[in-house]
Amino acid sequence: MSLPIAPKPGIRRFHQARWDEPLVFELSTPGERGVAVPPVERDVRTEVGDVVGALPDGLRRATPPALPELGQMRVLKHYLRLSQETLGADLNVDVGQGTCTMKYAPKVNERLVSTPDLTAMHPLQDADDAQGVLEIVWRTERMLAEISGMDEVSLHTQGGSAAIWANIAMIRAYHEANGEGDVRREVITTIFSHPSNAAAAKAAGYDVITLHPDADGYPDLAALRLALSPRTAAIMVTNPEDTGIYNPAIREWVDAAHAVGALASYDQANANGILGITRARDAGFDVCHFNLHKTFGTPHGCGGPGAGANAVSAALAPFLPGPRVVRDRDRFVVEEAGPASIGSVAPFHGVIPNIVRAYAWLMALGAPGLRAVAETAVLNNNYLMKKVLEIPGASAPYAVGRRRIEQVRYSWQELHEETGITSEEIGVRASDFGMHYWTSHHPYVVPQPFTLEPTESYSMAELDEYAAVLAEVAREAREEPETVRTAPHRQTVHHTHHDDLDDPDRWAITWRAYRRKYFGGTAA
Amino acid sequence: MLGLIVNPVAGVGGPAGLAGSDGDAVQRRATERGATPRAADRALAALAVVADARPGASVLTAAGPMGEDVVRRAGLDPIVVSRPVTPTSPADTVAAARALADAGASLVLFTGGDGTARDIATALATDVPALGIPAGVKMYSPVFAVSPRAAGGLAAAWLAADGRGLPVHEREVLDVDEEALRRARVEPRLFGVLAVPTRPGRTQARKAATPAGEQAAVAGAARGAASAMRPGVRYLLGPGGTMTEVARELGISKTPLGVDVVLDGRVVQAGASEADLLEQLAAGPAKAMVSVIGGQGFLLGRGNQQLSARVIRALGDDPVMVVAPEQKLIDLGGRPLLVDTGDAEVDVGLAGYVRVITGSATTSIYPVHAPEHEGEGHAP
Repeated sequence: MSLPIAPKPGIRRFHQARWDEPLVFELSTPGERGVAVPPVERDVRTEVGDVVGALPDGLRRATPPALPELGQMRVLKHYLRLSQETLGADLNVDVGQGTCTMKYAPKVNERLVSTPDLTAMHPLQDADDAQGVLEIVWRTERMLAEISGMDEVSLHTQGGSAAIWANIAMIRAYHEANGEGDVRREVITTIFSHPSNAAAAKAAGYDVITLHPDADGYPDLAALRLALSPRTAAIMVTNPEDTGIYNPAIREWVDAAHAVGALASYDQANANGILGITRARDAGFDVCHFNLHKTFGTPHGCGGPGAGANAVSAALAPFLPGPRVVRDRDRFVVEEAGPASIGSVAPFHGVIPNIVRAYAWLMALGAPGLRAVAETAVLNNNYLMKKVLEIPGASAPYAVGRRRIEQVRYSWQELHEETGITSEEIGVRASDFGMHYWTSHHPYVVPQPFTLEPTESYSMAELDEYAAVLAEVAREAREEPETVRTAPHRQTVHHTHHDDLDDPDRWAITWRAYRRKYFGGTAA
Repeated sequence: MLGLIVNPVAGVGGPAGLAGSDGDAVQRRATERGATPRAADRALAALAVVADARPGASVLTAAGPMGEDVVRRAGLDPIVVSRPVTPTSPADTVAAARALADAGASLVLFTGGDGTARDIATALATDVPALGIPAGVKMYSPVFAVSPRAAGGLAAAWLAADGRGLPVHEREVLDVDEEALRRARVEPRLFGVLAVPTRPGRTQARKAATPAGEQAAVAGAARGAASAMRPGVRYLLGPGGTMTEVARELGISKTPLGVDVVLDGRVVQAGASEADLLEQLAAGPAKAMVSVIGGQGFLLGRGNQQLSARVIRALGDDPVMVVAPEQKLIDLGGRPLLVDTGDAEVDVGLAGYVRVITGSATTSIYPVHAPEHEGEGHAP
């Protein structure tokens, strides 16, 4: 007896769309138009005069911009085709994006932020007309203070490295205010803390000391004690580290830093594994930050606009970025940055739509919901870890045999030695099954690395599916390595030329640069 | 085109417990003890990967057991450019490598260990990129792929990109005197450098604004070291690429395999012996400056024996400044740095942690062990 509907195969026979769509500039046909802009009415022209003529010479182009000329329908088709050639978080089991934390960004929140009440707001609008959104900013800050245990929060930053920069800028201002700016010239971090901590400290003028893990794979407390001195300005650490390993001695780390007069800064951009379970301030930290897109359900948005939060102890509060939203009895007012503040780190009040999304996410979950997020994320991760470590050739180096928090940095080194296939090749082949897998692991410490983070968003069935794809690709690496080596076979494009991206003479991120570098001359 | 050299007796002494395979007598003894050469099988495993990617491809090689046979077994097309007389000798490896270079090989794969790498370095230096298929007993030199199939994968990627896209880096070739090793004294010396293609984490830099190549990283570490140097102090610059880069940063020349003494930006003695160094130390404050030599993580006692226990002792407290790009520490895979000067007290004194200069204004704290004297002191 045959079933009325053919059963689906165990592993999806995915095939990505391949349109071979040219660049929009290459589609240009002189004279084509998408929109016929109506002529200015006579009354308007009379009232306003020659607007263009009124522009200063310095603002006027000598030649018109070389914009592509296309009909409306062709534009629509162009972008629809491109949209079919992506593997976004809303399409695939997006647990393989390194440390990016691709959790679900609830769609209902898009409705909230597209209400005219919000979209019609102007950042310079009088506070009396903006009480609602100012209240949302204030209430979100208070919730993040509660979540981190800190006293004060600023939502000014755009998150990520910008938030880490604000952390070190506050630390620097604090030591300068105490007359120790010239003495405290060193910042200590660990090799598995997000490298933007080292980068931001260095950009702020500090000497950076990096600690490697101890023999058991944990952050090395003995090495920290050796590195700390009256010259130390701060320790800047991620916990759990990018390996997913939680520093069991974190309180000792902070205490050791405080004992020499240094501050302790906590990168918890991704707090997915600790929400409602541990708090930065409870471990003694002076400064921390969150990324709203990693932890609080706002979209990553293809690199922006990001939003984040800096949270500090009372001692650091005067240094927070400004302006700030403060409550004055039953009203909310905008206060300019105080004299000790590091000043403005973003235009106006930060990225308001993301703050509203995060507020909605927090309110929808409540405190028990936040803890459930962390518990589910950790459970998902350890479930997936068990499935992945059952695949021959996969391993989880450092703290071997111990559980991880919200993510795991795995290694394909054994498979690589056996087959010659690299993690990058496995990632490319995984895309043939509709799975995103990205080898973003700076610095490159674990050999042949891959980092999986399931978050709380994925079901057991989806994690099973992801693990099955990895197992299948590992099998191929052994039995038919050329299939893996020559992948992708079912994708939009074949291999890209990475080296072009490393060569200033060849990289081209605009049409103009592409024309100039590859075809010479000064093409528009 | 790919070139291949197989040292047919590489590794023969290993299973026989002979600590190497150099010299006719050892190879005979190994054979008597029932050892069979495994180099050909290791080469075949690598070539199988190449053959999968490029069926029937031509490979420049040497006659018979030095390559031709195994190229044929892999189903590839051998072009013989060198005809050694059997049994083969190191001179044949040198001659074959030169012949491959002359015939236009863009990458020379060689199968063997440190001894073979040394012969290849004699022939090629850094003129033609080379990569080792690991098959020897001693492999102190970081010129080998992690496995034969990984070597094959690199070679296939090299051919696919026509040599473009895979960066090439200078790697030290170290070798020990096997006679000394059989007398239980490990003293590898630095014999030269090879240009080795590496498979970087090619995607790791995608999110970074400026991709930091290895050469840039070495230059960064050298800048950090140069800015940490103080006037009036004699610096004993050890051998290796990183120290050469420090010299370049200072605008002076450096003997690549020797120890040079630098004072106030000038070379006061090049290619110094242990006795020379002791004489220099008597003249004023001094500090040794070393990098991580080879793939094993040695700071002292491998390739820089001039910096002896007596010299280190004479340097007093905090005798050594260590300079290495962060990746060199990372490549140790969690293993500690090592010191083996042959003097227990000196080695144990150096064990613990060391601050490594990894760039300008960046350092790392990294553990150091004295493997010959574990448990004799305060090893971490």
